[in-house]
Amino acid sequence: MPRRNTLVLIIVLVIFALALSIVLPLNKGALGGRGIRLGLDLQGGIHIVYKADLSSIEQGERDSAIEGVIAVLSNRINPLGVTEPVIQRQGNDRILVELPGLDITDKEKESLGRVDILKFGELAAEEEEARWENELGRWKPATAIVDGEEKVLSSQYFKENTYVTRYERTGEILLIFEWNEEGSKLSEEITGRLIEQRMGIFEGDEALRGDDGRPIAPFVQSTITGTGQISGLSLNDAERLSKQLNYGRLPVPLEIIYDQTVSPILGADFIDMSLKAGLIGIALVMLFMIFYYRLPGLMASLALIFYGVLVLALFKLFGVTLNLAGIGGFVLSIGMAVDANVLIFERMKEEIRSGRTLGAAIETGFDRAWTAIRDSNVTTFIVCGILYWLGSSIVASAPVMGFALTLLIGVAVSMLTAIVVTRTLLRLFVGTRLAQRTSLFSIYSRKDNA
Amino acid sequence: MLNIVGKRFWLFLISGVIILVCIISLSTFGLKSGIEFSSGAIVTVSFEQEVDQDDLKQELTNLGYTNAIIQHTGEGNFLIRTHELTGEDKTNLEDALAERFGHLSETEFNSVSPMIATETTRNAAIAVAIAAVGILLYITWAFRRMPKPFHYGTCAIIALLHDALVALGVFSILGGILGWEINLMFITGVLAVIGYSVNNTVVVFDRIRENLREGVRVDFETVVNNSLVESLSRSLNTSLTTLFVVLALLFFVGASIQNFAVVLLVGIIAGTFSSLCIAPQLLVVWEKGEWGRFIKWLPLPGTKTKE
Repeated sequence: MPRRNTLVLIIVLVIFALALSIVLPLNKGALGGRGIRLGLDLQGGIHIVYKADLSSIEQGERDSAIEGVIAVLSNRINPLGVTEPVIQRQGNDRILVELPGLDITDKEKESLGRVDILKFGELAAEEEEARWENELGRWKPATAIVDGEEKVLSSQYFKENTYVTRYERTGEILLIFEWNEEGSKLSEEITGRLIEQRMGIFEGDEALRGDDGRPIAPFVQSTITGTGQISGLSLNDAERLSKQLNYGRLPVPLEIIYDQTVSPILGADFIDMSLKAGLIGIALVMLFMIFYYRLPGLMASLALIFYGVLVLALFKLFGVTLNLAGIGGFVLSIGMAVDANVLIFERMKEEIRSGRTLGAAIETGFDRAWTAIRDSNVTTFIVCGILYWLGSSIVASAPVMGFALTLLIGVAVSMLTAIVVTRTLLRLFVGTRLAQRTSLFSIYSRKDNA
Repeated sequence: MLNIVGKRFWLFLISGVIILVCIISLSTFGLKSGIEFSSGAIVTVSFEQEVDQDDLKQELTNLGYTNAIIQHTGEGNFLIRTHELTGEDKTNLEDALAERFGHLSETEFNSVSPMIATETTRNAAIAVAIAAVGILLYITWAFRRMPKPFHYGTCAIIALLHDALVALGVFSILGGILGWEINLMFITGVLAVIGYSVNNTVVVFDRIRENLREGVRVDFETVVNNSLVESLSRSLNTSLTTLFVVLALLFFVGASIQNFAVVLLVGIIAGTFSSLCIAPQLLVVWEKGEWGRFIKWLPLPGTKTKE
């Protein structure tokens, strides 16, 4: 028996060393992997779910329409410099976009899911309904009838070869674009009608503004077909627009049905706070165990450290994403990890009181407590499983899944560490002089008045 | 020896009063559901200057956000909960607030459409139902070898309902006073706590079963009390260690998972109480058929005769 115990101890120590080498450093990769992945609420970022309006697309072509949407979204997102963007189809008509660590303006966010980046407008008559309003007046979309259908002139009809250049003489920034066939017809019709009048350019709900802050709304000089240019933009805006315009256009309109945006600054605080909470929690549990159960409590505390390191290593290996709720689950599992030890030690105390030697008490204590430990974790497993299902079936899934997963891993690992590690450590004392001192096992023969 | 079972009527009375308070609160305040279930938007903003909550409320009303709920979450930090906002609505709102109160930064934004809210509510309800069935099945299985499985199982379920009711009641009080809302993490917390509290009850009942088997024929009440006293330290200690970490979460991580930590806190305390002071005592009362005695014992008007 002692020899076998030594073997187990060595294995435990090896696993501990391995786990430690995986865990440290926390933010770097281990064994070619990444650091611990942090959820949106901890590193900031954006989580959006779009619903694609597929009503205009025929049944058989919906899949390819969604694929097209995903391709365009990827094109628009990639230049933002997000390290691990997620762009995923969910269900029939939904697209999930996760941009961890990203801090973008609302305007940029809006433009991600926009079908027409730029729309052209003309001044509305007194009695007409206006789509936009600014210092130059009230505007309505510029439309014309092409192929028997009324269409709005927009960047939807640009070819994907827009570029930025400077006007040689004045150095003014120009955004040069080319109409496609349909756009050419539309433009011809509209600009022909609007000669000597202003044509407004709008980005989403606002007028496109120039470097001078004024809305860009040039007077139409002559009929425009083929290519066109927008002048007066700042270099930044022109380059951004040129990129966005070339990334392709969305085949269908998107609607945001879920939006969660967290500023990265907030997340950093949470990491500090939850680290503190975890450490203080573990310290309190250890102090309590040592104070109450003495030597076995100390062994349980060592097992708890082993437990913490092993669980973190598993999180890293399996790429578990830690969010605030996940950390909550992990911290909670620390408190529950020693429950098995409590059950065992209480058993051991009874066994020692009833006259058994330490060695015998350890063995029976562990054996008899096993069924209770197993049974008492069943409900936690049931609940974790159900929560995991719930998390995978809803949009705001991250916290619920994070909690379920970390608690599940935590409780499963704790059954191993609380039993194997603690027992192995305790067996080391069997037959030594320390084993004779019952006070180390919080057994006080006189005070024992139960 | 400690006589916990002997004081059962007092324990029932305490628990009855708590439950009554919870029910009253639930029926007056109800539960406030968060945007995950009812749709809407939450904007968390941080002003550089200190802003008065009433002024902010007034400004929001002026801007047309008459239903906005405002929570002050720290120096210059406010949480504004309102109907669903588009990006444009939000930009306009923030611009207007910045104009009135000086520079602000948005730390968090969450918007849930009615479609998503309906879906989340439905799935959360399904999850709760499945959890209830799962736990019932577990109880049936765990008590299959108990002498009277039906008695034991029913008492465990009553204890479980007691814990859930207390958690809901406390949240309706917090909702009424502090405007706390029921969100997904609340549901998660309640389910976790129910699982945990059933475990506690199982540990105690397990001991009763073991002592009944030992065979020394003393009366049921004594066996239950002995079992309780024997499992007292392990029940309390397992709850204590868990309470430590929950308190650490509550005090050091604070606001963001406050709701969750409070559910766990309330649930663990209620769960420990119910598994030590309600469930085993119910068993005894049922075994001895002394419901009538309990009613008579109660200091109700008209039943002055105390035995």
